[in-house]
Amino acid sequence: MATLLLAEVAGGVLSDMTARALTAALEIGQPVDVLVAGQGVAAAASAAAQLSGVGKVLVADDAAYAHGLAEPLAALIVALSPAYDAVVGPSTAAAKNVLPRAAALLDVMQVSDITKVLGPKTFERPIYAGNAIQTVESSDPKIVATVRTASFGATATGGAAPIEAIAAAADPAVSSFVGDALAKSDRPELTSAKIIISGGRAMQKAENFKTYIEPVADKLGAAMGASRAAVDAGYAPNDWQVGQTGKVVAPDLYIAVGISGAIQHLAGMKDSKVIVAINKDEEAPIFQVADYGLVADLYQALPELNDELAKLAR
Amino acid sequence: MAPLMKILVPVKRVVDYNIKIRIKSDGSGVELANVKMSMNPFDEIAVEEALRQKEAGKATEVVVVSIGPQQATETLRTALAMGADRGILVKTDGPVEPLAVAKILKGVVAEEGPGLVILGKQAIDDDSNQTGQMLAALTGAGQGTFASKVVVGDGSVEVTREVDGGLQTVRLKLPAIVTADLRLNEPRYASLPNIMKAKKKPIAEKTPADYGVDVAPRLKVLKTTEPGGRKAGVKVKSVSELVQKLHDEAGVI
Ligand SMILES: Cc1cc2nc3c(=O)[nH]c(=O)nc-3n(C[C@H](O)[C@H](O)[C@H](O)COP(=O)(O)OP(=O)(O)OC[C@H]3O[C@@H](n4cnc5c(N)ncnc54)[C@H](O)[C@@H]3O)c2cc1C
Ligand SMILES: Nc1ncnc2c1ncn2[C@@H]1O[C@H](COP(=O)(O)O)[C@@H](O)[C@H]1O
Repeated sequence: MATLLLAEVAGGVLSDMTARALTAALEIGQPVDVLVAGQGVAAAASAAAQLSGVGKVLVADDAAYAHGLAEPLAALIVALSPAYDAVVGPSTAAAKNVLPRAAALLDVMQVSDITKVLGPKTFERPIYAGNAIQTVESSDPKIVATVRTASFGATATGGAAPIEAIAAAADPAVSSFVGDALAKSDRPELTSAKIIISGGRAMQKAENFKTYIEPVADKLGAAMGASRAAVDAGYAPNDWQVGQTGKVVAPDLYIAVGISGAIQHLAGMKDSKVIVAINKDEEAPIFQVADYGLVADLYQALPELNDELAKLAR
Repeated sequence: MAPLMKILVPVKRVVDYNIKIRIKSDGSGVELANVKMSMNPFDEIAVEEALRQKEAGKATEVVVVSIGPQQATETLRTALAMGADRGILVKTDGPVEPLAVAKILKGVVAEEGPGLVILGKQAIDDDSNQTGQMLAALTGAGQGTFASKVVVGDGSVEVTREVDGGLQTVRLKLPAIVTADLRLNEPRYASLPNIMKAKKKPIAEKTPADYGVDVAPRLKVLKTTEPGGRKAGVKVKSVSELVQKLHDEAGVI
């Protein structure tokens, strides 16, 4: 049972989503080889080689993979697939884009968002925004799966897997890259942060995220998140959205500020270790999942929280 | 001027997003009897986008297709009331997996020859997020998934996508496959006169066999269970009490 793991590389750096998906991949079938596809990805490849448990690292360093376009990348995965019984990747935007395409080319039904590996072909996955958990067994000859990274810890480092350069596959030439607008941030990534503070519609404008949330996030070393309502209104960027159709997170501490707690939002954060809710409506459904609830106006509570954290630091 | 094209929009009938689902006590699945059903929210966005392209003169006809039970006709009527021109119901008994849906859609694409297929990014019942990508693979088309902007050009389409870290724009040759994300547009409500008009719009009925597709599932559902619950904790009286508890009791700060 050999497994091919699609590495997640952002800005030339290996994302820790890879190490989390590796944990699931090792449970599905070993050896696990890691595919690092991109342009200028030597550093990411050597980081992948250090993840413990990796068989070897396959590096496809080619302009065709520079922007993660699904069409050429799926063709590459399909070309490599005969040597593998399973192809997996983390549930990131990039892998969710390409893996179903590869699955269809292999005539395989993808198992999306696995949260538990019960056997080489048997998995748990959430449906209905996490309100039900399905146990599914695949009858396909090959497994194609995405891994919900919040459900798996990262593997350790300390490995020294061999790195092998591989040739690019033929590009179907139906797509091309035009441009991107990617935010650069020194903050921890939402999906790997230990602490997250998220704001909702009650933030009222983008500047309030800066004025009220950011200082607290800085003190806690936290990532910032948002509800769909806050993103739709333009208060926060799209990739901050936590929820059923945004990012799924499970930090040690999740602080929801001015978020009502719709099931679609809860779907993305209810597995957090400790949940704090700050909301002025004591009936808000978010309090039903919060370990610590504070009924308060966020515009008073957040500056106070900032001061209290400053005191704590002294 | 681009050659005038048809747009195909697959729409799925799902449990309404406001409903808290119940799991059958024998663990065999989710209770669907007597539950309010609606069009998958992402598919409403897909229909809206197709209509806007037509209104902008980029398309001549918007065709909607649903794969599901007879009642999926209601979902098609909703799309027709929004302004779609005609519908296709591919009638099935049980649920159909994304791979089989994509195969059926490939057959519909071969029959209809649309320039663009706009799907939802994700069905909120199975949360699979794969049908559009699979249809693109099976038809050899380019894919613009998680779209927040769609600009149809001459023989190609530019799609701005919501990705981790921000936005990415790709150019795809037509015919192409697009999947709609939440920020693509805000779907319109159907007006009463349009709801009346929709009743007269044609809906063709087909079966998976018409497209030579075997819908036997590849994933066997062994059981369906409740997720681990969470209980409400305590209410704190002040920010200082909150910080003290997070520090001393929970140990997370
Ligand atoms: C298909 C679909 C997918 C979706 N996916 C997601 C998703 O991935 N993520 C997501 O988050 N949502 C998602 N949603 C949206 C979800 O249903 C809710 O609409 C959304 O989460 C609400 O955001 P909110 O809590 O910020 O806003 P509201 O529900 O408007 O809540 C605002 C809260 O702020 C409180 N408040 C107001 N002023 C103050 C103040 N001064 N101080 C303190 N509290 C205050 C109010 O009491 C209220 O509880 C989805 C919906 C659909 C249909
Ligand atoms: N049974 C179906 N009938 C019509 N469209 C469907 C069906 N299943 C999935 N789709 C389309 O595929 C999208 C993604 O669904 P999924 O891959 O199941 O998350 C949906 O938003 C629909 O546009």
